[in-house]
Amino acid sequence: MGKAINTSRRDALRKMIRSSGIFAFGGFGWGAYLNKAKVSNLVLRPPGALQEEDFLNSCIKCGICVDSCPYDTLILAKPEDNVAIGTPYFKPRSIPCYMCPDIPCAPPCPSGALDVNKLKAQQDTTENNGLDINKAQMGLAVIDTDTCIAFWGIQCDVCYRACPLMDDAISLEYERNERTGKHAFLKPVVNSNTCTGCGLCEHACVIEKAAIRILPRDVAMGKVGDHYIKGWDEEDEQRLRNIKDSKYENTDEVPAEDYLNNWEDLIDE
Amino acid sequence: MSRLLKRNRFLIFRRIVQLFFPILFVGSNIYGWKILEGNYSAAYVFGSFYLADPFAVLQMLVAGFTLNFDLILGAIIILLVYGLLFGRSFCSWVCPINIVTDFALFVRRKTNMNRYDEKMPFKRSLRYWILVLSIVVSLFSGVAAFEFVSPVSMLHRGLVFGFGFGIAAVVMVFLFDVFMLKNGWCGYICPLGAFYSVISKYSLIKVNHTKSKCSMCGNCFAVCPERQVLSIIDKQSGSIPNSECTNCGRCIEVCEDDALHFGKYSKLK
Repeated sequence: MGKAINTSRRDALRKMIRSSGIFAFGGFGWGAYLNKAKVSNLVLRPPGALQEEDFLNSCIKCGICVDSCPYDTLILAKPEDNVAIGTPYFKPRSIPCYMCPDIPCAPPCPSGALDVNKLKAQQDTTENNGLDINKAQMGLAVIDTDTCIAFWGIQCDVCYRACPLMDDAISLEYERNERTGKHAFLKPVVNSNTCTGCGLCEHACVIEKAAIRILPRDVAMGKVGDHYIKGWDEEDEQRLRNIKDSKYENTDEVPAEDYLNNWEDLIDE
Repeated sequence: MSRLLKRNRFLIFRRIVQLFFPILFVGSNIYGWKILEGNYSAAYVFGSFYLADPFAVLQMLVAGFTLNFDLILGAIIILLVYGLLFGRSFCSWVCPINIVTDFALFVRRKTNMNRYDEKMPFKRSLRYWILVLSIVVSLFSGVAAFEFVSPVSMLHRGLVFGFGFGIAAVVMVFLFDVFMLKNGWCGYICPLGAFYSVISKYSLIKVNHTKSKCSMCGNCFAVCPERQVLSIIDKQSGSIPNSECTNCGRCIEVCEDDALHFGKYSKLK
């Protein structure tokens, strides 16, 4: 009897190790798949969407935003779409966001993955539930000046006129056409501060594959960092105040006195 | 005919209930009905409150989702409805994959595939390990792990918002159940079913057995998708103690002795 107990204990131990091995195998495989499956860098999310990483753990994939969209703009990602499965996105070349003033898609989101606080109007209004679609940051229009026929000198202001924020998000820059000597270029220019990424321009672009395309903002835009500041812009100067000298943060070392570049003197009070 | 109806009364009722929800979901997507918007992950009821899949919300919370009142409340409602009232009924009365797996079972029976059933490659407890694993993987990957691979989600999302290649996952479940393992998906793998088993240990509505009436004909064993829950048949009276019972009611229909019926939870005698 004693002998039997011994073998069963050894067996139980072996079984336990085997199970945890299989468990770990499954876990790593599953995790590896997820790391691949959740990457969708070039995806445009609905208005008010959180940053991609937060969006992915907040979106419950219910599709209520898709139900609410009156233009069938929003799609829930299918497995073959190369977008995190089941999450809402849109393809502006097929159907852009028409920027409904009352934003039907974002408020019903149950999880806050579409955050209405990001769409609150500047002034307190009761109109459109206090929301302002112009505050949406779904993406940013980027122009390929090589294929844009306006940059060739052909008159085309289709994207400019399609833009719901005409003369603001897209404006035209006039420039003399030296080739003909008597015409002007009407070059579209995107303002990244006001462009919402709705994609009406991409949808309207007349050439075979749109020369103006919407990219996610963090893909399309650079980041200045702390080394450069617009000294002539009071608002931008405020960034100086938040800079921490990380080099000296956790040491007792006293930084050398920077008598040439005293920050306080740099800021115009 | 009436005998056939009587012998399938719960089955027919179940199919009606099972089709009722997807019809409302599809109606909200296509015709804009405001009764039940979204899908089985989360639903907006009459445009006033939400219901949410508690297992999906649990994974999201582990993955780093910031608490959101609407969604948590929706998950708690569902948790209480099944945990206190209906038991694991989600699986047999609501879940759309049940139609697929029941059809697989039908094909299996008609083609006499059950002959190859003696070898069990793994135990039914596997699903609890997958349940644990899905939580662990959610923790490390920062997204709801099972929601990324779930054929259940792919099916109900597909029904409402278009399948794409997601149909492959549903077909795989079907093929798995027909050719590899009887009741394979629901009985061995699905962590969602495991989750509902775990929470519904003390739910109110259970299948009750009256030992004195039982003639041990074995009809219930022949139809039960979770045969292990019938361990009390002809041994003890009272509620089926194992919460892996999906309350599908098949055993009640086929019982010739009226020894099984739906009823309140009662202790075994």
